Amino acid sequence: MYKIVRKKELNSAVTLMEVEAPEIAKACKPGQFVILRVDSTGERFPLTIADSDPEKGTVTVIFQVVGRSTRKLNALEEGDAILDFAGPLGRPSKLDGLKRVCLVVGGVGSAAGYPLAKELRRLGTKVDTVAGFRTKELVILEDEYKKVSDLYLLTDDGSAGKKGIVTDRLKKLLENNAYDLVIAVGPLVMMRAVAEMCKEFNQKAVVSMNPIMIDGTGMCGGCRVTVNGEIKFACVDGPEFDAAGVDFDEALQRAKMYRKEEREEDCKLL
Amino acid sequence: MKNRTPMRELDPRERIKGFSEVALGYSAEEALLEASRCLDCKRAPCVTGCPVGINIPKFIKGIWEGRLKDASDTIYEANYLPGICGRVCPQETQCEAKCVRGIKGEPVAIGRLERFVSDNWRQEIRKAPIDKEKVAVIGSGPAGLSCAAELAQKGYAVHIFEALHAAGGVLTYGIPEFRLPQGVVDSEIETLTRLGIAIHYNTVIGRTKKLQDLFNEGFQAVFIGTGAGLPKFLGIPGENLNGVLSANEFLTRINLMKAYLPEYDTPLRKMHRVVVVGGGNVAMDAARSALRLGVEEVTLVYRRGREEMPARREEVEHAEEEGIRFMLLTNPVRILGDSERNVTGIECVRMELGEPDASGRRRPVEKSGSNFEITCDCVIIAIGNNPNPLLTSSMPDLKTNEKGCIAVDENLQTSVLGVYAGGDIVTGAATVILAMGAGKKAAREIDRYLRSRHAL
Repeated sequence: MYKIVRKKELNSAVTLMEVEAPEIAKACKPGQFVILRVDSTGERFPLTIADSDPEKGTVTVIFQVVGRSTRKLNALEEGDAILDFAGPLGRPSKLDGLKRVCLVVGGVGSAAGYPLAKELRRLGTKVDTVAGFRTKELVILEDEYKKVSDLYLLTDDGSAGKKGIVTDRLKKLLENNAYDLVIAVGPLVMMRAVAEMCKEFNQKAVVSMNPIMIDGTGMCGGCRVTVNGEIKFACVDGPEFDAAGVDFDEALQRAKMYRKEEREEDCKLL
Repeated sequence: MKNRTPMRELDPRERIKGFSEVALGYSAEEALLEASRCLDCKRAPCVTGCPVGINIPKFIKGIWEGRLKDASDTIYEANYLPGICGRVCPQETQCEAKCVRGIKGEPVAIGRLERFVSDNWRQEIRKAPIDKEKVAVIGSGPAGLSCAAELAQKGYAVHIFEALHAAGGVLTYGIPEFRLPQGVVDSEIETLTRLGIAIHYNTVIGRTKKLQDLFNEGFQAVFIGTGAGLPKFLGIPGENLNGVLSANEFLTRINLMKAYLPEYDTPLRKMHRVVVVGGGNVAMDAARSALRLGVEEVTLVYRRGREEMPARREEVEHAEEEGIRFMLLTNPVRILGDSERNVTGIECVRMELGEPDASGRRRPVEKSGSNFEITCDCVIIAIGNNPNPLLTSSMPDLKTNEKGCIAVDENLQTSVLGVYAGGDIVTGAATVILAMGAGKKAAREIDRYLRSRHAL
């Protein structure tokens, strides 16, 4: 059992949980994820590690309530425990030796991008973060990002930061700056748009995929992603892949695999 | 006495309505009758056929003389998982293949008798005092469990590290309830924990901890039994369409995650017509599981002929009785989908057998122009696994062979001192009992290694 030591609702749909998991806290690196199971009838599902504290022995996850499992998780309170919590899984992001990086994050994906920004700052990399949200109420981690990067905040309706979408801002940045790498973490449609724009600029970019998976150790093969025409397993080969090589049309359809079976309301991408 | 005592089975029409165990086991009378067929040969060739070396005539004599406790003690001297082995070992190619009765009739049903003892006698476990070093076992499948049991018996402090939330490996996530009930697996694992073995769940060695961390924590030796890993795919167009699953995924959803029961959250796609690709035991398990979900039709596609199928004969027969449609000498060419990338069918080509290939089986060759389509909304790929690179890639000193399997010497020792390996991670996908034999052998080698260090 893995005790929840802190719970904070970041907004009406997004929750932060700090969970006691000393071994994972010690081992995890930016870009990795955990797989958890809330209770004995629950499903196994992945969440990216948003932060960790090896001294305290805790791992932080930030999730959006989109279906039955995240609702179950959100029903737990401080002091309650999660039944299973395994990780860190996936390959860590490769962040060494980069001078300047543009990080593009969207919605709850900004939680998965945050440890990358933090680590890059620690390594002495200059980071520009472009963060997009639907509206002001849904903005998360604004102060955190400001501390470790130059933040360009955007909302669809202009209620916070500038009005617009991330690729508009990214385009301007690419026109005026030279980046060693662009990293995109967020909804698939956003990552696809970033990948296409980077292709136009001949800019090296990676995206962090978050497909459906069960075990997270390569055994089920449910998380396959086509990259440069080859089948890859996001859990052991990823989750980060070369943006230009990812077959996003396929990934978008695969994300809908259980749409019919899940009686829940469709996932609304923030 | 030429023929073995038949074992009662659920009627095929009934059993496909659920996941209940098909083979019902012997009654006391049936077991006695079958035990009486054993000739109690002095040289006991059957024992040489058993990878874990059970004293078979001795335990059968126990049944025959009504001493079930002695029969059970005899089995447990060699094997801590008799309920599992009695059900899923391929006895027909092992102990029973060597049975003298088999020369002029049917061999003694050794596996069924082993199961009878296990189902009808609760073995008392005498916990050995733990007075030796700490040994780590990675993976709680058949190899890891048998290695752990053997080491615990010898007095080692054994810790099993398991990546999933449940123990048993393929016994738990892979082999379905109707062939190996989870209750049997759980109860045998519980027996092992009574020996004093600790199981650490949700611990992925290679990720949560590195192999080296285990030595830093005071473990003196390590056994790696992480099993066959990544499912193979065919490499044909359409394989990532929605509705195409590896057998691993399909069986894990059903067995480990209980997706077919309404109170569990893990989803299963609604399916009506299923095609399973492959001819091994896993393909049979997947096909028969699909049937039990109430689908209209399950077709099994295999590129060679019936004789070449690697599945146990008994499994093939069960699948046929239940109404699985076999399309042999048939090979998939591509999987077809609709505009939303859902599977709508599979295009196959007919095959014929040519010259023998490297495996000694006749190589299937395509008959040109014989392409045809099977309509389906689900395709399950059961053509084997590649080794899992997760652990080996985190330990560069650990040598692997050209297939990516861990390389070991004849004593199952890897290239790293004190690290042993066995089961599918060494051999590639094989059987439960071979993995158990390897686990047991590795335990003896680990014991020898650790004792030799004391001698220095």
